[in-house]
Amino acid sequence: MKKEIICIGCPMGCYLTIDYYEKTMLSISGNRCKVGLEYAEKEISNPERTLTSTVRVKNGNLPLVSVRTNKPLPKGRIFDTMDFLAEVEVEAPVRIGDKIVRNLFGTGVNIVATKNVVKKE
Amino acid sequence: MSDLESRDVDLVVIGAGPAGLAAAISAKKNGVNDLILLERNNWLGGILPQCIHDGFGLEVFQEPLTGPEYAQRYIDKLKDLKIPCFLNSMVLEVTSKKEVFVASPEGLFCFRAKAIILAMGCRERTRGQICIPGSRPAGVYTAGVVQNLINLKNVMVGRDVVILGSGDIGLIMARRLTLEGAKVHAVVEIMPHTNGLPRNVQQCLIDYDIPLLLSHTVTEINGLNRVESVTISPVDKNLKPIKGKEKRIPCDTLLLSIGLIPENDLSKACGVELSSVTAGAIVHENLETTVPGVFACGNVLHVHDVVDFVTLEAEKAGKSAAEYVLGKSRKVDRIRVEAGDGIRYVLPQSICTDADLELSSRVVCPGEGVSIGFFDGEKLVKTKKFVKVHPAQMIKVKLKKSEIIAVKTLKVEVLQK
Repeated sequence: MKKEIICIGCPMGCYLTIDYYEKTMLSISGNRCKVGLEYAEKEISNPERTLTSTVRVKNGNLPLVSVRTNKPLPKGRIFDTMDFLAEVEVEAPVRIGDKIVRNLFGTGVNIVATKNVVKKE
Repeated sequence: MSDLESRDVDLVVIGAGPAGLAAAISAKKNGVNDLILLERNNWLGGILPQCIHDGFGLEVFQEPLTGPEYAQRYIDKLKDLKIPCFLNSMVLEVTSKKEVFVASPEGLFCFRAKAIILAMGCRERTRGQICIPGSRPAGVYTAGVVQNLINLKNVMVGRDVVILGSGDIGLIMARRLTLEGAKVHAVVEIMPHTNGLPRNVQQCLIDYDIPLLLSHTVTEINGLNRVESVTISPVDKNLKPIKGKEKRIPCDTLLLSIGLIPENDLSKACGVELSSVTAGAIVHENLETTVPGVFACGNVLHVHDVVDFVTLEAEKAGKSAAEYVLGKSRKVDRIRVEAGDGIRYVLPQSICTDADLELSSRVVCPGEGVSIGFFDGEKLVKTKKFVKVHPAQMIKVKLKKSEIIAVKTLKVEVLQK
């Protein structure tokens, strides 16, 4: 089967045409580097995305701290993760890189802070 | 203002967003010790703390960072280098004599600078600027304001959303609103192509089945107290709505992602000449404006699509300002650079031809297999071929000294196939 997707690996945004059978890629065109190749293979076998969002902070100078997954998450788990994060609250101070959630749903993915939030004065 | 506290300083950098941070750091590293950074907000990093999505830093750090992470790397450097920064400090005026008047919590100051770097960034266009008819209910926001409310203030803006304009912030917010539980009914774009990066169309719209309606616009906003619906209509090739084809989309919120405007009120008042196309300063290859010793970089100069390019440009402005302050600027003859057919603009607009340089440019229309030519009068000096060009993607072309040394004028245009 043929499929057209846009590579999300960099701002270039190559238009990829992939020919695949079930979860195996048979051929690819349009990519300008190996990032596109790896992305296309993932897209037909097990699509993944890095998720960024926020979680609430108690006693912080900001009400929220921004967070991200430390590695890409299976695409199908994105909304579960959002529901899960809606219930999470952390106490200030928070530092960039702090692990907010470890081993999310047993996937081996951690949720880490992407911002410093200091204690409210 | 004779009793005003005033001080001489080598360099003032106005704005502590990505451009101002990188410019100040670069100026200090290039030998300017007496400099200050002025910021009107109470934080460093400008817009980046609210841009929580990733994809920043691929060019500079070769890894995908979120906005706050990208900003923090420069904030840390600024602190390591002990560059003084005044927060909550609003620049009221910059004069042609390079006096900078600042209102800060400590009072009113005047800095008499040898050099100034303009790094004030840009603003979002609003409903008023595109004159959407209809009532004036609550629920009409610019995309960046919604990004601020959701990502920094924990305020949700609505449940049923239509987004007008397909700029990157609009696409990013379509995804963000969807993740936060809203239904985004459509992204409506008047042009026949998106104004955002292709990768954002994939990961923000296609991933979440959000419809993208090209060659459509919002022709009316309906609702008394709160937005109740918007009327959308397809447009013809002159971008005029086609009568009788209107459709109503019920919604409670309309987001506008309809472009950014460099914020150049200060630049104008100090005599900097602006380009009518970029709405930013006209600059030489060293990013100096038409006022000697005043430099510009980042989104106040021209709106960028990638923050990494803002940083790289700002580093160059910092280096040039340092050369100016230290008396190392060379006296050079320059030639004009013009945008020809198919090219919206070329920056810098004036260059010296005895060194390698890089031009930034945008095309008018998307295209594939496009060749761009560089002409000295009728003579073709150089061609550069692109697999794909898009108005949303800035094009960068390096010119070697050997290619331009003998050139008298330079015109850049898209070559007809």
